[in-house]
Amino acid sequence: MNTKVMRLPGISQMTLSIYKLKSVNWSEAPKVLFHKLGVPLISILLFLLLWDGVAAHIQTSLGKVPGPVQVWDQATALYQEHQDARKREAKFYERQEKRNAEVLAKNPNAKVEIYPYTGNPTFFDQIETSIITVMTGFLLASLIAIPIGIFCGLSSTIYTALNPIIQTFKPVSPLAWLPIITLIVSAVYVSNDPMFAKSFIVSALTVTLCCMWPTIINTTVGVSSIDKDLVNVSRVLRLNWFTNVYKIVLPSSIPMMFAGLRVSLGIGWMVLIAAEMLAQNPGLGKFVWDEFQNGSSNSLARIMVAVITIGLIGYLLDRLMLLLQRAVSWDKNAVIR
Amino acid sequence: MNIRQHKPRRLLHVLAFSLGLVFSAAGHAEVGPPEKAQLKFGFIKLTDMAPLAIAYEKGFFEDEGLYVTLEAQANWKVLLDRVIDGELDGAHMLAGQPLGATIGIGTKAPIITAFSMDLNGNGITVSNDIWKQMKPHVPMKDGKPEHPIKADYLKPVVKQFEKEGKPFKMGMVFPVSTHNYYLRYWLAAGGLNPGYYNPKKGDTSGTLKADVLLSVTPPPQMPATLEAGTIYGYCVGEPWNQQAVFKGIGVPVITDYEIWKNNPEKVFGVSKAWAEKYPNTNIHVLKALIRAAKWLDDQNNKNRKEAAKILSRSQYVGADYKVIANSMTGTFEYEKGDKRSVPDFNVFFRYYATYPYYSDAVWFLTQMRRWGQIPDYKPDSWYMKIAKEVYRPDLYEIAAKELIKEGKMKASDFPDFAKETGFRSPTSDFIDGVTYDGKKPNAYLKKFKIGLKGKEKI
Repeated sequence: MNTKVMRLPGISQMTLSIYKLKSVNWSEAPKVLFHKLGVPLISILLFLLLWDGVAAHIQTSLGKVPGPVQVWDQATALYQEHQDARKREAKFYERQEKRNAEVLAKNPNAKVEIYPYTGNPTFFDQIETSIITVMTGFLLASLIAIPIGIFCGLSSTIYTALNPIIQTFKPVSPLAWLPIITLIVSAVYVSNDPMFAKSFIVSALTVTLCCMWPTIINTTVGVSSIDKDLVNVSRVLRLNWFTNVYKIVLPSSIPMMFAGLRVSLGIGWMVLIAAEMLAQNPGLGKFVWDEFQNGSSNSLARIMVAVITIGLIGYLLDRLMLLLQRAVSWDKNAVIR
Repeated sequence: MNIRQHKPRRLLHVLAFSLGLVFSAAGHAEVGPPEKAQLKFGFIKLTDMAPLAIAYEKGFFEDEGLYVTLEAQANWKVLLDRVIDGELDGAHMLAGQPLGATIGIGTKAPIITAFSMDLNGNGITVSNDIWKQMKPHVPMKDGKPEHPIKADYLKPVVKQFEKEGKPFKMGMVFPVSTHNYYLRYWLAAGGLNPGYYNPKKGDTSGTLKADVLLSVTPPPQMPATLEAGTIYGYCVGEPWNQQAVFKGIGVPVITDYEIWKNNPEKVFGVSKAWAEKYPNTNIHVLKALIRAAKWLDDQNNKNRKEAAKILSRSQYVGADYKVIANSMTGTFEYEKGDKRSVPDFNVFFRYYATYPYYSDAVWFLTQMRRWGQIPDYKPDSWYMKIAKEVYRPDLYEIAAKELIKEGKMKASDFPDFAKETGFRSPTSDFIDGVTYDGKKPNAYLKKFKIGLKGKEKI
């Protein structure tokens, strides 16, 4: 395995190690396999057993806490609902076309339009919404945070000026930002034919506000702790400001920057779910809240499906950032977890 | 309808008359296609949102050329604010909301309604613990509590709490909600003061001089709040009373049907500006809703089971089918196992339930005055003026006549529009037997022992 190839972190390490077996001592193979594949499987199995055992003993007003089996049932039910919704959608368009044809038959000059499907978003639609929202918020945060971080790192004056503000806003909970953002967006974002839904903008901005701080701080630290030798080289070569940033500052601060971005995305994902729950904005958070309010006998199991999904997506997002972090970091020997 | 249209139409009338053509009583031109086809309506997870779900699922909206999205809202305030700022085209509203918004209790913005969504449908539930303390005072018949259970039997429990220095807290869903007024009515009829509002001094919590402290909780959260012990009882619509029985956390003591027989409940509200901007759309929406209401009550509630199934989907009410079906099919379970038949628990169409009566509007206004939300004396004429501003039977009539013309409904389904005054005849079908005449609001208020009347102020 040469280091030029981008290595897939996490799960892929297992397959990677299997791949490595070809060149490895075969007598070691079962041991490696067990370590990389068996141990996680056993721990997952133990967790499921524990869950099943404990769940059966907790009685809530909605019935017993669901075990893995009920949760799996609801996961398949949610998938079925999604399929059914797609079928309904197809029928909806059929009916519309028929109706439009009738209108045209009566009056060939009539203006007809095809309107988008009016059904409710399914669980899978909500996942999509959440991912798009968090990515928008995160990209926006990165676009703001990285330049600020670079300026703060380069100039101690700017750093001293901004630091108190950054430190004050950093620990603010998303739930506190939400009402302010909601009101401001409602007041400022007025248009008859808006490109984005207000709720989308509110959620994305909340994510932005909460997840830019780690990136700012990490970028600042990364930029300010550039190797003295590199700084001197830049001075000797009399690089202009822009080239200095582009050739020296950025490359050397990238590992720290990406470490910050990774933390930011993690925070952004957590914030988004909370914001969606509170503001009833479409997404996984709303799904959880709706199910909680429904209080049906399946609600708990459906919420658990959502919880696991949220966890898995968070995990995937983190691995994605790790992948990027590894790809852009120049020190391929550094251990990044 | 703008003014310019009036003249030529009158001309047309004269012309038609002189030609001896038979014109329908209204004589209005055919309602054109909707100006806005894509609509978004809000609702709260309660069984009485059914007309909206049915109009959607049965294709009544689509028949009118409307493509409607239905969206559950977090609470009544969010719902109202979103109708006001135009994010929602219309919504399932508490009867008091269009009135409250128009006269400026809370947010001030003109909202109108031309469609009443249902009659009855609420209950008052107390926690198991309170029921245990209340039960010894309740008269029994054949081993079961005799209904209706009055608040007189709750009084000793509240007094006990008072002695121990603990406030007695109950939940309702919104300051101008029907639930607030029915709960207050029930408590006051039993000699318990539910407290006054005094907006002039900034008091909007409504707990001045209160024996029972009422606070706001969104309907779907009622059972959870009761379970948490934050409140000892609540007044809310279905399925949240039956949910308490199924969860085993509380006991419904009375339905609002027993407080006021066939009381008006939710309305379909739109902002006045919206209705003026999209007059045809509004009529088409009304037509679809009237058909849905009729479907719900058709042939002696034949369709109610199907309706309950639709409502149990997670995007609508989402509670279990059997919980929703209980009240929707005309039974109500009080104490666990004490199931009684209440065939009129939910009325969507019969008794002209969908017609927006002025007298209903006036009743809610009298209750707002009674509890101080309207802090000053208002003459009877003011009550009429507000009722006519907000309740719009004229629009309802256009929609109904269209449906009759299309053969989808019969004239007998509706009140006789030529004679209808918009006032139900005086009734004393209240738990305390007080007679209500919608034409005499101030005289009505004088009949209550507890509550503001005449020029009284808090």
